[in-house]
Amino acid sequence: MTSLVWVEHDNSVLKDATLAAVTAAAQMGEVVALVAGQGCGQVAAATASIVGVSRVLLADDAAYAHGLAENIAPLVAGLMERFDAFVAPATTGGKNIAPRVAALLDVMQVSDILSVEGEKRFTRPIYAGNLIATVESGDAKLVLTVRTTAFAKAAASGGHATVESVSGLGDQGLSSFIGAQIARSERPELTSARVVVSGGRALKNAETFAAVIMPLADRLAAGVGASRAAVDAGYVPNDYQVGQTGKIVAPEVYIAVGISGAIQHLAGMKDSKTIIAINKDEDAPIFQVADLGLVADLFTAVPELTAKL
Amino acid sequence: MKILVPVKRVIDYNARPRVKPDGSGVDISNVKISINPFDEIAIEEAVRLKEMGIASEVIAVSVGPVKAGETLRTALAMGADRAILIQSEEAVEPLAVAKILKVLADEEQPGLVILGKQAIDDDCNQTGQMLAALMGRPQGTFASLVKVEGDAVLVTREIDGGLETVKLALPAIVTVDLRLNEPRYASLPNIMKARSKPLVTKTAADLGVDIAPRLVTLKVAEPPARGGGIKLADVDALVARLKDMGVA
Ligand SMILES: Cc1cc2nc3c(=O)[nH]c(=O)nc-3n(C[C@H](O)[C@H](O)[C@H](O)COP(=O)(O)OP(=O)(O)OC[C@H]3O[C@@H](n4cnc5c(N)ncnc54)[C@H](O)[C@@H]3O)c2cc1C
Ligand SMILES: Nc1ncnc2c1ncn2[C@@H]1O[C@H](COP(=O)(O)O)[C@@H](O)[C@H]1O
Repeated sequence: MTSLVWVEHDNSVLKDATLAAVTAAAQMGEVVALVAGQGCGQVAAATASIVGVSRVLLADDAAYAHGLAENIAPLVAGLMERFDAFVAPATTGGKNIAPRVAALLDVMQVSDILSVEGEKRFTRPIYAGNLIATVESGDAKLVLTVRTTAFAKAAASGGHATVESVSGLGDQGLSSFIGAQIARSERPELTSARVVVSGGRALKNAETFAAVIMPLADRLAAGVGASRAAVDAGYVPNDYQVGQTGKIVAPEVYIAVGISGAIQHLAGMKDSKTIIAINKDEDAPIFQVADLGLVADLFTAVPELTAKL
Repeated sequence: MKILVPVKRVIDYNARPRVKPDGSGVDISNVKISINPFDEIAIEEAVRLKEMGIASEVIAVSVGPVKAGETLRTALAMGADRAILIQSEEAVEPLAVAKILKVLADEEQPGLVILGKQAIDDDCNQTGQMLAALMGRPQGTFASLVKVEGDAVLVTREIDGGLETVKLALPAIVTVDLRLNEPRYASLPNIMKARSKPLVTKTAADLGVDIAPRLVTLKVAEPPARGGGIKLADVDALVARLKDMGVA
C-alpha cells in the first residue's frame, strides 16, 4: 500500500505535525509526501530528508500558497489515482482539506486515528475521547487524519527522497486568502512543548492570566494553554484552547491551574505523561486524572512555586 | 437569500456515554439528548443574518431518528422558519449526510449552508467540507466571524496559529466554531410558536441517496483509566517533584 501524506508548512518551515502523519502512513506501507504551496522548495527539501519518505511531490503554484482547500483538494484528488491512502495530520489545516478530498473520492474519512490495527482497520476517539472505537473502512481508498500525539515523530533528517514536480488545476476561483493574524511567540509551541502550563476561568482576566501563568511557563520553558472558559472570556487567544474542540497535547508534564477538569478539557490533555493540578476545590474532577495534585489558592501557590523554581 | 442549517441530535455534552455490554457500540438509551452545541451556534448565526435583513429564510435540516424532530423544534424555537427531517433510525455517516444535504441544497438553492464544525458524538469534523466538495462550492471552516458582502462572504477562521480570513464566492458553506456567537435561549412564546412551524419528513430513499455505511465499527471500548494520583502537602513538595522529573 502506498500513501500520499499532506505536508503542513507555511511555505518556508515544515510543521512538526507532518512527522506524526508520516509515522502513521509508514505503518501501512510506502510513503510519498505532497508539498503544495508557493515558493516552498525549501520545504520540499526538508521533506525529502524525513526518514520513511520515499518520494516528494512538489506542487508550486500561487493557488496553493495559503492552503486553500478549494484549490488543494482537486490537486490531491487528481494525484490519488496512483495512491491507496491520503493521510493528513489532524491539525486545523489537515481537517480543512482531508474531508474535501474524501468527498471528491467518494470515501468516508476516518478522522483522528490513534492506531493502525490492520490494512483498513484503525482506532479513533469518539465522544470527546470517552470511548475508543475500532473501525474498518470498506472503501477502495482511504482518507485518514492522524492524531499527532498518538504517533511518534518520524526523524526529520537522515532520509534521501527524490523531489519531483507535479501540477494540478490551480486556482478554482472560489475562494481567496485575505489575511491572517498569527501570533509569534518566543515560547515553545503548545503541541510540541515538553511542559505545558494551562490556565482556566479562575485566572479572572487577561492581566492576571499573564501575571500568574506566564512567569511560571517562562521558568519551566513551557508552552501555554487554556481552557475554553479562559479563551471565551478573552484571557488568551483562541489557539491556546486545549480540548475536544481545541488542541490535543501530550507533553511530559501538563500543569492545569484553576481548571475544573471538564471532560471536554480532559479530551485534549489526558494522554500527558504526568498531569499536575492546582485547584482550590479538593473535589474538582481534574484531581481524578492528576498524578500530582495541590489543593491551594492559585494566586498564592503559583507565584510561590515560580519563585522557588 | 435562504440559509440552510443542518442540526444533529446528539447526547448532551454533560452526559457520559456508556459502552453496550457486548462492546459493539454506544448505549444512548436513558441519557440526556440535546442539539449538537455547534449547531446551536450555526442556527443563531443564520437567525442573526435574517434579523439583519441579509437572509430571507432559515431552513433547519436534520438527518436522524423520528426524535430528531425535537431537535428541529429547538431550531425552530430559536428562529428557524421551517424544518426538514430526513428520517433514518440507523446512524448516518458524514459522507451520506453530505450527499443528502447536497440534494436538499440543489432543491432549495440556499446562499449559505451553515453547519457546526463538529458533532460532539462522532467527533468527525467532516460534513461541511464534504458538502462543499460535492457542491463544488467554497468552504469557510471553523468560523469565528462571518460577514456577507455583496456576492461574497468574509469568514474569519480559528486556525492552529491564530486567525485567518478568507473571502468566499456565494453560495458558500460555513462551519462554525465556539467563538462565533452566543446562542440565544428560546423564549416560551417562541417554543409555542415553533410547534406550528412547518416540518416535513422524508427519507434518504425519497431523495435517491444511498446511505449504506462505509465504515464498520468492530468494537467500542473505554480507554485505559489513569491510575490514581496523590495530593501534595505544599508548594515545596511540588518543587521537589518538578526537580525530580528534571523539568525544573
Ligand atoms: C461543544 C463544547 C466544546 C467544548 N470544548 C472545550 C475544549 O475544547 N476545551 C475546554 O477546555 N473546554 C471545552 N468546553 C467547555 C467545558 O465544558 C468547560 O466549560 C470548560 O472546560 C471549563 O473551563 P474551566 O475549567 O476553566 O472553568 P470552570 O469549570 O469554571 O473551573 C474553574 C476552576 O477553577 C477553580 N478555582 C477558582 N478559583 C480558584 C483559585 N483562586 N485557586 C485555585 N483554583 C481556583 C475552581 O475550583 C474550578 O475548579 C466545551 C464545551 C462545549 C459545550
Ligand atoms: N445527522 C445529521 N443531521 C444534520 N446535520 C448533521 C448530521 N451529521 C452532521 N451534521 C452537521 O455537520 C456538522 C459536523 O458533523 P460531523 O462531520 O459529524 O462532525 C454538524 O455540526 C452538523 O451541522
